[in-house]
Amino acid sequence: MERPEAEPLGASHSCQTGEAEPGTGPAEEEPGGAAAGTMMEDCLSKKIEITVSEAEKRTGRNAMNMQETYTAYLIETRAVESQTEGQCSPPDSLWRRYSEFELLRNYLLVNYPHIVVPPLPEKRAEFVWHKLSADNMDPDFVERRRIGLENFLIRVASHPIICQDKIFYSFLTQADSRLKALNATFRVKNPDKRFTELKHYSDELQSVISHLLRVRARVADRLYGVYKVHGNYGRVFSEWSAIEKEMGDGLQSAGHHMDVYAGSIDDILEEEEHYADQLKEYLFYAEALRAVCRKHELMQYDLEIAAQDLASKKQQCEELATGTLRTFSLKGMTSKLFGQETPEQREGKIKVLEEQIHEGEEQLKSKNVESREFVKSAWTDIERFKEQKNHDLKEALISYAVMQISMCKKGIQVWTNAKECFSKM
Amino acid sequence: MLNQYKFEDEPELRDLFITVDDPESHITAIETFITYRVVTKTSRGEFDSSEYEVRRRYQDFLWLKSRLEEAHPTLIIPPLPEKFIMKGMVERFSDEFIETRRKALHKFLNRIAEHPTLTFNEDFKIFLTAQAWELSSHKKQGPGLFSRMGQTVRAVASSVRGGGVKNRPDMFTDINDYMETFNQKINLLDKISQRIYKEERGYYCEMKEYGPIHTLWCASEEDLVDSLKGVASCIDKCCKATENRMAGLSENLLPVLHEYILYSEVLTGVLKRRDQIQAELDSKVDALSNKKAEKDLPTEEIGNLEDKVECANNALKADWDRWKQNMQHDMKTAFLSVAENNIHYYEQCLATWESFLTCQTVDLHLGEDSEEKP
Repeated sequence: MERPEAEPLGASHSCQTGEAEPGTGPAEEEPGGAAAGTMMEDCLSKKIEITVSEAEKRTGRNAMNMQETYTAYLIETRAVESQTEGQCSPPDSLWRRYSEFELLRNYLLVNYPHIVVPPLPEKRAEFVWHKLSADNMDPDFVERRRIGLENFLIRVASHPIICQDKIFYSFLTQADSRLKALNATFRVKNPDKRFTELKHYSDELQSVISHLLRVRARVADRLYGVYKVHGNYGRVFSEWSAIEKEMGDGLQSAGHHMDVYAGSIDDILEEEEHYADQLKEYLFYAEALRAVCRKHELMQYDLEIAAQDLASKKQQCEELATGTLRTFSLKGMTSKLFGQETPEQREGKIKVLEEQIHEGEEQLKSKNVESREFVKSAWTDIERFKEQKNHDLKEALISYAVMQISMCKKGIQVWTNAKECFSKM
Repeated sequence: MLNQYKFEDEPELRDLFITVDDPESHITAIETFITYRVVTKTSRGEFDSSEYEVRRRYQDFLWLKSRLEEAHPTLIIPPLPEKFIMKGMVERFSDEFIETRRKALHKFLNRIAEHPTLTFNEDFKIFLTAQAWELSSHKKQGPGLFSRMGQTVRAVASSVRGGGVKNRPDMFTDINDYMETFNQKINLLDKISQRIYKEERGYYCEMKEYGPIHTLWCASEEDLVDSLKGVASCIDKCCKATENRMAGLSENLLPVLHEYILYSEVLTGVLKRRDQIQAELDSKVDALSNKKAEKDLPTEEIGNLEDKVECANNALKADWDRWKQNMQHDMKTAFLSVAENNIHYYEQCLATWESFLTCQTVDLHLGEDSEEKP
């Protein structure tokens, strides 16, 4: 299984000291002295201009063969040099949708685990207030997303390490970027069931809290409207009372209470924002949970790859030792066609392999230990987290009830006062 | 304030009870129209029977109103609901439109029944008791409007020529000024109240979606099921309470405000008619002062006109006082009921949330106790 070049972070963060990284790719290596400028010059962003220039509504069939509407974005790339020469060559372009950007980012997360991978813009319009639409097809949202996606690509292209990733380059330039295939191959064969469940749970938690917060915002909006419009009564009552002899006082004082009523909503909604913040915290916690799951997946993946590697080396060794060919290999065929190796060559190979196998077994052992420890301590913390979450959310719901009670009591008081004024009319 | 004698306050004195209900659609070759059932129960001697049931259509109500205006030009005849609603998409025959109209027609007849003078009007009695064919033939008999129209046209012309009535007593100018401001304020209150209704409905719709999300959340949180279900049920109950609140507004406040908006047109008409009667007198007086001779002949006529003016003024004054008292009472009742509605709404919501809280804190205490056990 092919593993793309993923350089550890330590080396790449030597921008300030100016040290070159070993084997960073294209020729320009500065043996020290020169600064970040060199690093940046290596970056893709200096060589090509990337834009996400257009967005278009499309309809198609999704994985479950259901008709769906989505937005496709046009990625245009143009070599920088051709521009400075005064030629304006037409840009290369291709269309991609948001989910493909997600695949790319996931790919980067998996393969560059020590890199802070730039984030994508919002998948859905979240927590919108007042006039803002929560619709993903809303032109303003699409426009903001277009800018966000362009920004994402530029950031990746400006990153000294990940900009050199071949998959990233093909994402920008080739219609079939092999991303989907790659994502399919990155599959952990034996993940711990609990982590899979945890991932589902965190998805659900995020989804339900987002929905709740969205609707809460709309409820708050309407409530605001109800209270504030009552404030208009105050002014009109006051004006009306001017022409009334007997009703005047009652109207005037009732109007005052209408003003109080209208004003009371500001504090009420301000308090509710704190409740919303409590929920939002758990929304973000969902992301943290997912990070733990991802870490487990990476470790498990690593483990499985190492085990596979080891198994294949052992097999090779056995074949060399016994001279039998169990599996088809090009090497085996060529050696059959062009003659066997000398016993010395074979012995040499076997020795190397045996060393590698020994090393591999040690590594696998320690990886297994590491993995088990990770699962144990992660799970302990997850249990702790669950307790905390249950406690916090329960408290939050109780505080919400307390707020509602306070709002009701205020309402009763104001309207009782108003009622008294009306009765004097 | 103590002496607010009204028929509706002392039900034992009422001897005429009217209801308007059961709208029915009639389709003929020429037109489609709605009739309403008008049921009258009475103990009055002038009525041959104690109970009547007739069917009337909007046109018939229009006829009644114009007859009352003719017979009592300076009395305040209650307003009828509009012929059409121009704004909005209320179809002429939508259920909502018909129901609103029915309620207004019911109010119209009851106001007439409560009026000390109008209640004894002959056309009113016929309206309540005559069968359809009887009513039609009676309508045709009555003195033509045309003869009256001629007179009023002249009267209007003279008043317009004069640039307004010269000798209009201050009181009536005051009424006019009052009505201008009153009308403006009532229109504003109507707009505000309609807006409140709309916002409350919007709130209701959002709450309907808000509650169930908590129930959905239960599916992934076994430890929070009670709390979440509790919140969901509270929100649902508050939702129902909001529905009641909206209904209260729509039943108690909006129709009252709307009726008083229509009253402004009525009052304008009444003041104009009074002015016309006065104008008749004034023009005769003017004509007389121009002709030096023949002073005795017209004096009788002038005397009659003077009486007429005095009657008209007194009638209007009395009815105005009555109208103001009624208005005060109606507004007070309407706004009191809105206040009560809102208090009730908040009390319901309060009870709901408080009982949720009680459950929750009981659970918490139980939980704490069990944690303390080793």
